[in-house]
Amino acid sequence: MTFQRTKRDWQSIGLTAFTATATAAIVGIVLMILGNIVWNGASQMSFRFVFGGTREGMFEASRAGVFPMIFGTLALVILMTVCVLPVGVITAIYLTEYARAESAINRLIRGAINNLAGVPSIVFGLFGLGFFIQFVGGGIDKLFYGGELHYGEPALIWAAATMAVLTLPVMIITTEEALRAIPKGLREASLALGATKLETIWKVVLPQAIPGILTGSILAVGRGAGEVAPIMFTGAAYYLAHLPTHWTDQFMHLGYHIFVLSTQSPDVERTKPILFGSVLVLLMLTFFLNLAGVLVRARIRRRARFGHA
Amino acid sequence: MHSVMDKPIIQISDLDFWYGESQALFGVNVAIGPHRTTALIGPSGCGKSTLLRCLNRMNELIEQTRMTGQITMNGHDINAPDVDVIELRKRVGMVFQKSNPFPKSIFENVAYGLRIQGLKGAELEGRVERSLRKSALWDEAKDRLQESALQLSGGQQQRLCIARTIAVEPEVVLMDEPCSALDPTATSKIEELIQDLKQFYTIVIVTHNMQQAARCSDYTAFFYLGKLIEFDETTKIFTNPGHKQTEDYITGRFG
Amino acid sequence: MNDVAQLPESGVRDLPDAASIYVNVPDPVQSTERPIRPLTRRKRRPLEWLVEKAIFLVSLSAILLIFLIFAFVGKEALPVILGKTDNARLRKPVAAEEIPNISETQLAEYLGLKPGELKNYDADTLKLLVELKGQELAQIVDEDSRVNTTSWRMMFQPHQWADYDKPQYIWQPVSEVPKYNLVPLVIGSLKATLMALLFSVPLGVGAAIYVSQLASPRWREIIKPVIELLSGIPSVVLGFFALIVMATVLQNVFGYQSRLNTFVAGIALGLAVIPIIFTIAEDALTSVPKSYSQAALSLGASPGQAAWQVVLPAALPGVFAACVLGFGRAIGETMIVLMASGNASIVSGSILDSCRTMTATIAAELAEVVFGGNHYRILFVIGALLFLVTFVSNVIGDIVVHRLKGRLEGRT
Repeated sequence: MTFQRTKRDWQSIGLTAFTATATAAIVGIVLMILGNIVWNGASQMSFRFVFGGTREGMFEASRAGVFPMIFGTLALVILMTVCVLPVGVITAIYLTEYARAESAINRLIRGAINNLAGVPSIVFGLFGLGFFIQFVGGGIDKLFYGGELHYGEPALIWAAATMAVLTLPVMIITTEEALRAIPKGLREASLALGATKLETIWKVVLPQAIPGILTGSILAVGRGAGEVAPIMFTGAAYYLAHLPTHWTDQFMHLGYHIFVLSTQSPDVERTKPILFGSVLVLLMLTFFLNLAGVLVRARIRRRARFGHA
Repeated sequence: MHSVMDKPIIQISDLDFWYGESQALFGVNVAIGPHRTTALIGPSGCGKSTLLRCLNRMNELIEQTRMTGQITMNGHDINAPDVDVIELRKRVGMVFQKSNPFPKSIFENVAYGLRIQGLKGAELEGRVERSLRKSALWDEAKDRLQESALQLSGGQQQRLCIARTIAVEPEVVLMDEPCSALDPTATSKIEELIQDLKQFYTIVIVTHNMQQAARCSDYTAFFYLGKLIEFDETTKIFTNPGHKQTEDYITGRFG
Repeated sequence: MNDVAQLPESGVRDLPDAASIYVNVPDPVQSTERPIRPLTRRKRRPLEWLVEKAIFLVSLSAILLIFLIFAFVGKEALPVILGKTDNARLRKPVAAEEIPNISETQLAEYLGLKPGELKNYDADTLKLLVELKGQELAQIVDEDSRVNTTSWRMMFQPHQWADYDKPQYIWQPVSEVPKYNLVPLVIGSLKATLMALLFSVPLGVGAAIYVSQLASPRWREIIKPVIELLSGIPSVVLGFFALIVMATVLQNVFGYQSRLNTFVAGIALGLAVIPIIFTIAEDALTSVPKSYSQAALSLGASPGQAAWQVVLPAALPGVFAACVLGFGRAIGETMIVLMASGNASIVSGSILDSCRTMTATIAAELAEVVFGGNHYRILFVIGALLFLVTFVSNVIGDIVVHRLKGRLEGRT
């Protein structure tokens, strides 16, 4: 008897061939998409394109810039984070540290949060328009401005609010995971030293959970920068001559700009360079936001490990 | 004979305890004497840790637990509605089975409880140093106070947890199998420490290790299936146990 | 200490009195005497109280907001769902003499006024208005105008419209007689989603098997981030890519007629779904205990056989869940289908025809609807429908994943 293979194992060969092809196909497609965008967009990249405005002509490849869109996207993301971060973190703290884990109400809340995370983003657009703009904004106008339109129309603040609601479940879920990952022993040690529950949360639990909370914010920010459907009716504008100066102003958004340029351009061939350029800028923006988040997280982790927390 | 001797610092009377539907302790009566080390021994699941956690009301953190009976400290019911549980825990400190230093510096670990009480500056530093000295960690740690506590070895970490506990000057220190995760050398250091600390504190220690109970405690309580079987001087328990079950356990016939 | 009754029968003995046994132990050498302090009374900590109340309030409002979304979308859709809307332009005229017999709200609705506005008119004006309305109605002869197009029947069943030769499913919300049949949209969504799954399931699951079972650790470390990169690409970028680049390339390769169609949209949609299917399937496959495949290997199976015959069957529910969750993600995706599908609301089984999905319909039409109008409410009905579909698929997916994990980890 030898240890040579006696017959070919066709099943194994077939499976390996198929799965390897599938993997290669996915990787190939990803690289192709990114390569295509970088290849076509790189020629458009210039200081003028990134920091220039649209006043010179939105559809002129040689003169158009995307700064207003970058500005609007960043403003949206920052406002959204300001809204969602405290609310998400506080809610997660309540759910993990205060609420009784096994109660039926708690299970219902968790179920609702989980399901909200899977709700199509366009539904949030519906909600944002109907609730924030018509109901809340219209209500503010009726109460304080005698029905004059200030808040009852699409605006930066409502787009940010809609995006905040969209990212709230992600924020809560990731923060909760971060809080749960902290050993029970640390909480007990703090309590056994005579710290109150709040002191324990503030001094022991939260500092430990910061990397996890940051991960949640990064996920939220990444989504906020790229998601277009919810802001189409709640604040993004097709074209604006000026940068938004107030949160009741509308704003231009990179993602929406890409949508507009690809579907409503008067001459697709002529605007293609702008389009590829904008896509490249959006990809780089999300990439850098994520990178910044990863770096901050690593830094905080390191600091937490070596004391001085 | 000393006057405080006939006044146990902690008196546990008719204590029953339930986790949900299952009863963990059955009518336990124990008295803990001041400046004595009392060891709670018995096989796993016999309720000794549960009893320990009743003494600083840590069991309240677990949902669906219930107790009846009375625990008094210096004659005061610790479960009375007007007792401040935070204050109780400052006076009844606890060292856990698994060493659990905060992921902060060595200094900050010991200073944690003191900062919570509002101590600052030189007084804080003095108290930290004193606790580290008392827990025999000062020589090893004095040059690396700002390093992360997680850099310490397992035994050092556990001594740091003891230092952290005694920094707030409790009257009673509860120890829940403090050496179960340590090697013999580290264990013997902690046992020495327990001997030293007895002069300052009343110590209640849960242990699996019979020799440990024999070496460092004055009194021993033997539990079996949630019931207190025997409670007596440690020498008596180990040389002349009054119950067959106790004898079986300490001679290693079960448990 | 009389605890005798509690003790087991063997060797019953009275426990020594606490005081008596303490006497026998020598005093500690150096006892730090401390006065006996009473346990302090419960302290008031107003700041903590306030902060904890604030935490509670903030979380309560966040949780209420979450439930509000479900409620709000439902509320806006409710009049249509309950059949309370009626947009038939032609109805039975009301004779002027009948005015006293019908309620004010009915009258206001009939005249197209708000209930409060009736007070502004005296009896004669009202009579005149009713007569004018009667004349207006008499002029409408179009059969289609009799239909309440917001009814359930009209939303889901074909209707014989005047200009067509057979009953049709038509979505045509902006026209003389708005037609709100949802069937073309549902078919559009399902078509695009199925196309997406047809494309993404083999690739995603195949890659998951390869990465989790067959690839070397080094390749795994390279491949996983690349696939995760795909999930980081915003859907508008995938839509753009499908519209500008892929559509042309695919048309040149396959030579079909309309450039934008379900096929293109489905493939782009599949790209968005691949990371989800891959991640969940890979997770399920990795959570199959190593001992399973090692047992197979030790019996002489090749790695491929172990993966195919042992690991895959064990993880099959997880792979199924990955497909269900991928379905939920695909049917809810908006930008890709809006940009790449062509958006024609036709009922057709061919993937080479254009399609209009539910999500794209909301996205394309919401900006132009009258707030509170029928069209607006129907868009909310579509939103509620989407809600329901994704809800069901998420719940099924989650349950399957949990069960599988529980089984593999030996729980139950």
